[in-house]
Amino acid sequence: MTAKTIYEWVDERLGLSELIAFARHKTVPIHSQSFWYYWGGLSLFFFMVQCVTGVLLLVYYRPGAEAYESVRQITFVMHFGWLIRSIHAWSASLMIFSIMVHMFSVFFMKAYRKPREFGWFSGMALLGLAVTFGFSGYLLPMDELSYFATKVGLEIPASISWVGPFIANMVRGGPEISEFTVQRFFALHVVVLPAIFLPLLGFHLWLIQRHGNAAPPSIEALPPAERKSEPFVPDFMRKDLAMWLIALNILALLAAVFPWSLGKPYDALAPAPLGIHPEWYFMSPFEMLKLIGAVLPGMIGELGGILLFTVGVVLWFLIPFYDTSQELGKRARIANYFGLLVIIGLLATTAIGYWSVR
Amino acid sequence: MIPREEIAMTEQNHLEAAAVEPGEKNTRRAFLVAAGTAGLAYTAALAYPIYRYLASPEEMAMNAAAVTEVTLKDAQTLPLGSVLMFKFGSSPALLIHHEDGRWISMTAVCTHLGCTVQYEPQADRIHCACHGGVYNAYTGANVSGPPPKPLKLFKVAVNQADVKVSRV
Repeated sequence: MTAKTIYEWVDERLGLSELIAFARHKTVPIHSQSFWYYWGGLSLFFFMVQCVTGVLLLVYYRPGAEAYESVRQITFVMHFGWLIRSIHAWSASLMIFSIMVHMFSVFFMKAYRKPREFGWFSGMALLGLAVTFGFSGYLLPMDELSYFATKVGLEIPASISWVGPFIANMVRGGPEISEFTVQRFFALHVVVLPAIFLPLLGFHLWLIQRHGNAAPPSIEALPPAERKSEPFVPDFMRKDLAMWLIALNILALLAAVFPWSLGKPYDALAPAPLGIHPEWYFMSPFEMLKLIGAVLPGMIGELGGILLFTVGVVLWFLIPFYDTSQELGKRARIANYFGLLVIIGLLATTAIGYWSVR
Repeated sequence: MIPREEIAMTEQNHLEAAAVEPGEKNTRRAFLVAAGTAGLAYTAALAYPIYRYLASPEEMAMNAAAVTEVTLKDAQTLPLGSVLMFKFGSSPALLIHHEDGRWISMTAVCTHLGCTVQYEPQADRIHCACHGGVYNAYTGANVSGPPPKPLKLFKVAVNQADVKVSRV
């Protein structure tokens, strides 16, 4: 049997030709801002790194009362365990960073406009899940830092009146962070979140395959003869893979040169260590709540902060319904200003946050 | 280092593939060999830490198995006709204080398929419940059933405060 007859045999039964035609259907526009097209693929790459290193950590990690001891073992006893754990932690940060870059590039290229609204919605949901991955994974080593980060993080929903304490207690598995908390965060981190994330990611990728990459409005406005594009398979894919290789090297370098540390085991009676602060991607909302709390003291400040933050996220989420027209009209300009405001707000609050804990 | 070279090389290869001339075949072959070697080296550099990581417990067990002597504290008080299970390195072992006062120690891993065997005081024999293998409780010899080999004996030294079991 030749390769051709084997291919035909399988094709007849599984319809490979249709799949290949579907894969070849997508083209990528070529223009001065094509660089931003890599960031979705990079997010995907870091997610795949998370899957591989996550499974490797799962081989020795034990949730519950032994959590800290098992992470200590991974970090200091198992060969290269420190490296795998460092890669998992670094790749988590880089994944969220890539998703953010991807999101803002989509925002300013106005790639959320018709017919790509679902790409925007599913992307936002994926970012929300990625951040939840980060929050739940942070507790798993059960050292001092993860204990206090989770404690503070859960105080935010707990401050919502009436339902807040109920929600916080359900998430925590009791009024205090304990081995019950780490056990349920573990279930969330390795079963529940992947089970939601993976199909959503499949949907997101399918949409991109279906609609192709969006070009910014300035390029869309050009006559078709002046627009250039290349097929995704194999031309752009090859560049994507080269980017992944670069990303892998940077990741390996970061993990090897700046390995993730493991603090003292958590102790419910120990005071919070000095200079404790949330991960960089939580710094901005954390600082915003603090700033609003300073203006509006007490319960009202906390509630106002949460409310303001929620309204901002909802507006951001609903932008495809506001900025709909294909031209660069007034609404498009307002959306651009909104995007700039969000970027400046995020950068400024993050900087203030790091300044105040320095 | 590697990725940039590879991108450059891939593009070069692409150009070459477009217009293959007989004289360029050698460059093309040299490129393929270099790219293949670099790819293999890269894959090996990724696979090696993962292999060592996954093999860690096995290495730990091998280190544990390298022990030559185990000290069993207070085991000298073991009553006549009874048995003490303990770990010699990483695998289970038996210490039997026979009715006649003799001390016998041997591995407790059945030579048939690796089940843990047990001492039966009434029958004064060693029995494996998995497939009915029977061993002599003094010599470790395989008496009946499927075991192909005897159980290995250890040397026993009974002291004031402990029993020392060591490899023969």
